[in-house]
Amino acid sequence: MELKDFINRIVEQLEIENAKGLNGNTHFRELEEWSSLSVMELIALYDDEFDKQIGDVDIKKCSTIDDLYKLATE
Amino acid sequence: MLEYDGVGITAMAAAVPHTIINNYEYTDYFPAEQVKEVVDKVGIYERRFADADTCSSDLCFAAAEKLLTDNSIDRSEIDLLVFISQTPDYRMPATSILLQHRLGLPQSCVALDINLGCAAFCYGLSVVYGMMQGGGIRKALLLDGETRSKVYSPKDRRSAFIFGDAGVAALIERDTKFGHSWFSLNSDGSRGDLIMIPGGGYRHPSSIETLKERVIDEYGNIRSDEQGYMRGGDVFNFVIREIPRDIKKTLEYAEKSKDDMDYIVFHQANNYINSYIAKKMKLDVERIPSTIAKYGNTSSVSVPLTIISELRDKLDGNKTLLLSAFGVGMCWATGIVSFADCKISEIVEV
Repeated sequence: MELKDFINRIVEQLEIENAKGLNGNTHFRELEEWSSLSVMELIALYDDEFDKQIGDVDIKKCSTIDDLYKLATE
Repeated sequence: MLEYDGVGITAMAAAVPHTIINNYEYTDYFPAEQVKEVVDKVGIYERRFADADTCSSDLCFAAAEKLLTDNSIDRSEIDLLVFISQTPDYRMPATSILLQHRLGLPQSCVALDINLGCAAFCYGLSVVYGMMQGGGIRKALLLDGETRSKVYSPKDRRSAFIFGDAGVAALIERDTKFGHSWFSLNSDGSRGDLIMIPGGGYRHPSSIETLKERVIDEYGNIRSDEQGYMRGGDVFNFVIREIPRDIKKTLEYAEKSKDDMDYIVFHQANNYINSYIAKKMKLDVERIPSTIAKYGNTSSVSVPLTIISELRDKLDGNKTLLLSAFGVGMCWATGIVSFADCKISEIVEV
């Protein structure tokens, strides 16, 4: 999956309203829609789309969308 | 895998506290907008909170009285009482023994507590079914109660909007009308720290330190070490992997398919988890009753409470239910349980 498709899936999953300007360098915790429940939604995305088991600790280590993308693809 | 034959639940009853918490209005510590967002996502709109003087045992007592009265049960025939809870009356004695006396059961009644969380109803059924297979027990009462509202900090948004209180009673008897029941009961103590109350036991005895409230994360959530915490992401990750696997394994062992199940009753953790599992396993949502919106997560009580609340008029004749639950421990369970003419009382308020 390309980074731009991954960003689209993140936009869907976290129900981000203003996706304009979102890129690999975006710090996802600074998004208005980010909450403690978003972690669960990301874990669902990794499971559903990439068949990957990602936990709290893995996500805690990420700060940008690029970091999240690497978790999915590496 | 555990398998039983000719034993089943003949009657059920439940009691819930009369105080209804409207989750949208549970805004003492968080702004209304934030609360709405969380509430909508977890799908929990109302919960029941026990008052300071009401314990799990009181809710179970009321449920048991309702069951015994509605079904004109001779109390001298109850030879076994099992009480499931992690919110008992005292550290000792066991609450089940106090309930033996309160319910007027004979002194020859075997009474014991099971200290397990969300998955415990299947454990309770399995323990009782196993003890009854020998034939020495005429009737058993399985009581399951929780006051989880007293366990979690209202200032920790990760658990503040989730938990509620309730108690249930189930009467279990031997009868050839019941077919086979199967249980898969699982444990993983390496994940003991995913859901925990670290303070107040004998590892970290109660002290001024354990009672002190503190900010515990970057979101500003506040709790003490004597209040529960949940590492929600890791729990979710664990559940979406293990639960579908365990359900499949149990169905295969019993040589059944998911379409053979009349109803599938999940632990009411939160709506997001349950919807995700149903979608992942391509389950028929029409057969999955839910009480998460009105009672929240009542821990081990949520499976039987959902049966009592949603299947009251739907369990005539022979039915097969799949029960699936998971939680603190971690422990998780799947049950394929045979029902036959189960008499379900109306829910009482305490």
